[in-house]
Amino acid sequence: MADFDQELDASGLNCPLPILRAKKTLNSMDAGQVLHVIATDPGSVKDFDAFSKQTGNELMESKEDGGKFHFMIKKA
Amino acid sequence: MDEKKLAIIATKGSLDWAYPPFILASTAAALGYESQIFFTFYGLQLLKKKLDLQVTPLGNPGMPMPMGMDKWFPVLGMTLPGMQGMMTGMMKKKMKDKGVASIEDLRDLCQEADVKLIACQMTVDLFDMDSSEFIDGIEYAGAAAFFEFAGESDICLYI
Repeated sequence: MADFDQELDASGLNCPLPILRAKKTLNSMDAGQVLHVIATDPGSVKDFDAFSKQTGNELMESKEDGGKFHFMIKKA
Repeated sequence: MDEKKLAIIATKGSLDWAYPPFILASTAAALGYESQIFFTFYGLQLLKKKLDLQVTPLGNPGMPMPMGMDKWFPVLGMTLPGMQGMMTGMMKKKMKDKGVASIEDLRDLCQEADVKLIACQMTVDLFDMDSSEFIDGIEYAGAAAFFEFAGESDICLYI
């Protein structure tokens, strides 16, 4: 997995909390920095894709590993 | 690109129907929408400082019931005293177990994200409610004020 600047563990949280927590964390980061989000909500796969498209923060990576979903988001 | 706008009218005051307005408005705010919720009639319950939202299976055949209760328990049984409180307690526990946020939390997140919460002044007067019952940071307005924002909105929902 690529390098990241901050990590957010949203495991166990359901819609829309992973997105809201991610947005909050991104707000505190600098442009170009990368946020690694870990989630267990299967709906978060499509949600982070949509979040990226609508906010311009690039979704660099989205994958499942051992029942958890991992997202790498680069702040625009 | 101009900021998109979401306008919601929240008319219902039960625990289940409290979710859509707050989930959608907080998510829209995270996506960069300017969002506003206009609370009218029973929706005003969602602005109370002390929330006492309940859920009832009465008149709602679509509500999933635990242990197949809907199969062997007559509808009339749901009118028994304490039944609504029990169903509400079960629903809240289920939500907590599944990592679903509480209404209080979602409402806080909306306010943090600058979602504008507006109480319908007419309903406040109609039900003899007092502004001291409501949370801070909300506005009081009428239909014309809603249209000022809704008329410019990209998405407008009646819940």
